[in-house]
Amino acid sequence: MSVPISWYLVLAALLFAIGTVGALTRRNGITIFLSIELMLNSVNLLIVAYARLLGDQGGQVIVFFVLAVAAAEAAIGLALYIAVYRLRRTIDINRLTLLRW
Amino acid sequence: MSIETWATLAKFAVWLAALMGIVAPIMVWVERRGMALIQDRRGPNRVGPFGLIQPLADALKFIFKEEIVPTAADRTMYLLGPILALVPALTTFLVIPMAPDLDFRGHHIPMVVIDGEAGVLLFLALSSLGVYSLVTSGYGSNNKYSQMGAVRASAQLISYELAMAMAILAVLLPVGSFRLSEVVAWQQHHLWHDGKVHVWNVIAQLPGFLVFLIASFAETNRLPFDLPEAESELVSGYGTEYGSMKWALFFMGEYINMASLSALMSTLYLGGWSLPGVTLPAGWLGVAAGAGILATKVVLWMFFFVWVRFTFPRFRYDQLMALGWKVLLPISLLTLVAVAALTVAGVY
Amino acid sequence: MEVAVFVTFALLAVAFAIVVVAHPHPVKSTMSMVVVLFCLAVLFTMLGAPMIAALQVLVYTGAILVLFLFVIMLLNVGRERAPVVDRPAQRWVALVAAAFFAGFLGMLLWRTHGPDTLEPLTPDYLSIHRLSWELFTTWILPFELVGLLLLVAVVAAYVLARAPRPGEVPPAPPAEVDAAAGPKPARAAAGSHP
Repeated sequence: MSVPISWYLVLAALLFAIGTVGALTRRNGITIFLSIELMLNSVNLLIVAYARLLGDQGGQVIVFFVLAVAAAEAAIGLALYIAVYRLRRTIDINRLTLLRW
Repeated sequence: MSIETWATLAKFAVWLAALMGIVAPIMVWVERRGMALIQDRRGPNRVGPFGLIQPLADALKFIFKEEIVPTAADRTMYLLGPILALVPALTTFLVIPMAPDLDFRGHHIPMVVIDGEAGVLLFLALSSLGVYSLVTSGYGSNNKYSQMGAVRASAQLISYELAMAMAILAVLLPVGSFRLSEVVAWQQHHLWHDGKVHVWNVIAQLPGFLVFLIASFAETNRLPFDLPEAESELVSGYGTEYGSMKWALFFMGEYINMASLSALMSTLYLGGWSLPGVTLPAGWLGVAAGAGILATKVVLWMFFFVWVRFTFPRFRYDQLMALGWKVLLPISLLTLVAVAALTVAGVY
Repeated sequence: MEVAVFVTFALLAVAFAIVVVAHPHPVKSTMSMVVVLFCLAVLFTMLGAPMIAALQVLVYTGAILVLFLFVIMLLNVGRERAPVVDRPAQRWVALVAAAFFAGFLGMLLWRTHGPDTLEPLTPDYLSIHRLSWELFTTWILPFELVGLLLLVAVVAAYVLARAPRPGEVPPAPPAEVDAAAGPKPARAAAGSHP
């Protein structure tokens, strides 16, 4: 028996939800970032599953771009963390509250 | 189980036995005797005739030594390091063709363990996991020297991976496929085929070959690129806190990684299991001949690795990074562009 | 057989994803993320995308997560300390909300996915040749733009993360009397790495 596509979709939804919880509840900047990457990867799984369902390889091309954009975003995000650390000696988001009212 | 499944298992077993059972022990002996030869002294010669039982003595020593985990070390990461060192070593050889195809009881069996669409990409992907062993062991040891070694190692490995990938892409362009069996088929002809030049890539793409050669030294952490485990600087880099079996796993992983990379280099640039213009006989004789030819090339490269190790001094870290980014990457990019132009022009 | 492989790797992915999100130490989170991405790569291969799987391991696991580990080691990011004011009720509310969200999303996808049976994988679908043809003809403009984006990212990352040049004076950090966050870490200069 082959795996029905809906199983892949539900798995992607589950991973997305787990990533959202992580991004919203953690205080450590790196872990928040990892949760965001988890969300991006769950969307990749979703797109590849749909590409397989519809028989269109364009989905895989889109995933290719998502990978590249995620790489760029990770690089800049981590550089921002380094810059912030130099100034504030922390990346705990409860202490980086300069823009708060 | 079908014939194909048995065949895959058999091929995997052959590679595993050859790498873990033959390459790792013999390389211990070759390295120490080769080191001695180059340094004008005798190597180990007490343990057996010509010191041939020395690897066995070393293995027994490693098994009987005490296993220590430092108190302040992060236990999970510390123990994960040597295990991860074997991951690229024991998985990357899966895409390398060792012999011409075999026709066995009506089934056509290719002599590659995994003959997937993404052949060389799989090799690159799995060898890029080798960074994790350095990083986890360096971080987990809770030791300044180890951590510095880990940071240097990860930077070195990912820098040279890029130049290596570009060189590999240049080889794949005329072939038109990621499968290594097609790369070997492309190089099999004797200089002129179909009006195009089809020759060993070491001649057809010499700059790319040199880039790949230098990058493979960097990828396996061998001198002149062994700053992560520099004995005279960092005590032993990421391996400082490791003894007995864990240390044995580290350098076993290093030797097997060297062998896999040598096999890849032979396949991409020296024609793999084929000799130019020679058609190997079909059947088991051809398989044995092909495997023997590949093994010979790998052996020559392994000796070359040992030779270079005891000939050149070590690169300093900034020289190493400058070489990777400012010299090798531009050369490999230019090779890629040149090969693309030649392929479109119909030369390759 | 295929179902067994899927279930194994799906369960592994979910389990390690929960570790990524729940573990207090960022290094363990990153290593768990490696496992999650590897499981996802296996699932990609099962879905007929071997090149995406290989690229994911090569780029994501082999480079991006290494960068994460690099930055964690550079900044010496330690375990997340427990918040000074601990409200356990918040944690339960978060779990319930997450379960509701996951269930809602899952149900939405389950009901709108269309036919469940798949055509068998053809060598044409798996072919990288066709994938690259599409990439370089239909999607050439996004391809070039992503290249430009990566260039911008490289330059920006360099400018943001470089040590201040002699003569450049970084703004002084504001005086922190933040009792809620605990003692400041004792380590000095993060810029002096090898």
